Amino acid sequence: MNNTIKSNEQSPLYRFVLGLADDSVVLSHRLSEWCSNAPYLEEDIALSNIALDYVGRARMFYQYAAEVEGKGRSEDDLAYLRSEREFTNLLIHELPKGDFGFTMVRQFLLDAFYNLYLTQLVDSKDETIAAIAAKAIKETRYHLKRSEPWIRQLSEGTEESRSRIVRALEELKDFVGEMFLMEEWETSLVEQGIAIDRAALQPDWDRYIQGFLGESGIEFGDAQLQIRGGRNGIHTEHLGHMLSEMQYLQRTHPGMEW
Amino acid sequence: MQTLDKDEAVEQATFDQRISDEQKIEPTDWMPDDYRKNLIRQMSQHAHSEVIGMQPEGNWITRAPTLRRKAVLLSKVQDEAGHGLYLYSATESLGITRSQMIDALQSGKAKYASIFNYPTLTWADIGAIGWLVDGAAIVNQITLQRTSYGPYARAMVRICKEESFHQRQGYEIMTVLAHGTQVQKQMAQDAMNRNWWPSLMMFGPHDSESAHSSRSMGWKIKRMSNDDLRQKFIDQTVPQIEALGLDMPDPLIKWNEERGHYDSGEINWEEFYQVINGAGPCNYQRIKHHKAAHSEGEWVREAVRSYRQKQQDKKTENAA
Amino acid sequence: MSQEQLAVYEVFIRSNRGLDHKHVGSLHAESPEHALMYARDCYIRRSEGVSIWVVESTNITASQEDDIESFVDPMDDKPYRHATHYVLPDNVTGM
Repeated sequence: MNNTIKSNEQSPLYRFVLGLADDSVVLSHRLSEWCSNAPYLEEDIALSNIALDYVGRARMFYQYAAEVEGKGRSEDDLAYLRSEREFTNLLIHELPKGDFGFTMVRQFLLDAFYNLYLTQLVDSKDETIAAIAAKAIKETRYHLKRSEPWIRQLSEGTEESRSRIVRALEELKDFVGEMFLMEEWETSLVEQGIAIDRAALQPDWDRYIQGFLGESGIEFGDAQLQIRGGRNGIHTEHLGHMLSEMQYLQRTHPGMEW
Repeated sequence: MQTLDKDEAVEQATFDQRISDEQKIEPTDWMPDDYRKNLIRQMSQHAHSEVIGMQPEGNWITRAPTLRRKAVLLSKVQDEAGHGLYLYSATESLGITRSQMIDALQSGKAKYASIFNYPTLTWADIGAIGWLVDGAAIVNQITLQRTSYGPYARAMVRICKEESFHQRQGYEIMTVLAHGTQVQKQMAQDAMNRNWWPSLMMFGPHDSESAHSSRSMGWKIKRMSNDDLRQKFIDQTVPQIEALGLDMPDPLIKWNEERGHYDSGEINWEEFYQVINGAGPCNYQRIKHHKAAHSEGEWVREAVRSYRQKQQDKKTENAA
Repeated sequence: MSQEQLAVYEVFIRSNRGLDHKHVGSLHAESPEHALMYARDCYIRRSEGVSIWVVESTNITASQEDDIESFVDPMDDKPYRHATHYVLPDNVTGM
């Protein structure tokens, strides 16, 4: 069953690119919330860099989505003038930033996912998508290189830091399955060589995550599909609050230049 | 008057000679205690200003109206963090640690620019801050590139290079608003009016009232007086206000042909001292935010230290 | 409340291929690997460098200002180490 408002009229390519754009903008928003709140100054600067990478990604994907849609909408129309039910990000991106442990665990799980995903997406037959992926994979490799030692030292640092990592994994585990859930329209794009079969990435992801955490004696089971709905506009309650904040100016003063 | 023993007198003479020859003082050089103290005070205050300054602008990162503005603002606030880092790093070369500086900030012993104790109420404040506050900071910092302490001067060179985009992005926001709808224009006028006086206050008290000014000038830590810098800022900003088509924030602003400068009204010094001494609209909130972030980060820093220790222990064990 | 700090690292940046690494400042980090990453995030946000060195500050041995007289000054009186010390006939070039 298809729940997205107006989604039936939308082309698979548009939905695909839009989903990637929403993933990026939502995660960048959560990361940007760390600005002036990080454990120390160096980390504040580093987290902002990652947030900026994702804003950049969001802009490229939105611009392309707008082009694919062909209705003269801009990147900002897509980011600022769609409602909760029209946003199609995977849910893991929208969860509140939590403590530093939660943010880093989410980042680690996502970095590992994007590392596998983008490595394949660079070969997309759609040249624009391939070009964006080629830029993004460089960023993601660095992000992962950063998250790995963070997870290691927080897992093995103090009892408190370890328990916070374990708790974050617990809170996130219901949301990882959705990363590997293919939509029907997306499968048709895989057949055309445009999209990636995310379901096929899961064994590698499981193995990597379990292996890495296992070295610190932390268990994490296979990604099981628990909570789903993001790609169809069914979200957690958190997204609405995020959008009401993010879209406030555009909604309060419609149609203005900023 | 303190008497110097002979060695110290020689050191003092070498130091004085260096200052008068426009040579930089470097961290391992002998320097008078008061010079060191004065530097620590000014540089750490400068560093704290960058770091506390992240908050009022950070207040709008999640509400920036377009993706481009969001990216610009985030990278700008990130730069402020970077500038804080450069300055803490330069100050540490004087023999004080960053934790000591942070303690001084949080206990109220160290000050930061009072401008950051005012709230950013609308999006136009982001424009006004970039334009006026960064503009005022740049006027000051350009002269500090010639300051006598080497690490401070070098940090200033790097900071000035990076700041140039900050003021422009602010002015760009103001330009768009000033040429936008009536609502936007009002927003711009209001934000400029509110930020104008606090920006002028950034240059500190009148030269005649400034406790540290003349000594700092003698040591060439400061290169231009508070009032001269303030005048320079007013002179360069008034035409920019005219270009925006906004009303002057001060009715007394008027070109003075004889002086070759703009005349302007008197700052409300009572407000200035009130805010400096902790009674500004956001003083409490800014320090509270800083303390909360710092103490929430303690478990992370603790974990990092503990992990590091364990790794070192392992190494020693393996070597044994 | 004073807190024990992370280690201090000095940061050196090579701005372009072919140039020396130059000291740019310092930062705090928990390991050399992290210091390198932070140096990337903190000191080359505008592509100011193509290569970075980080060195824990305590590992730097520096000359002391106290013995600078015996350390540096004796180098001052050896003008014969400089090319300008030698007198050549006016009609000799290419040297």
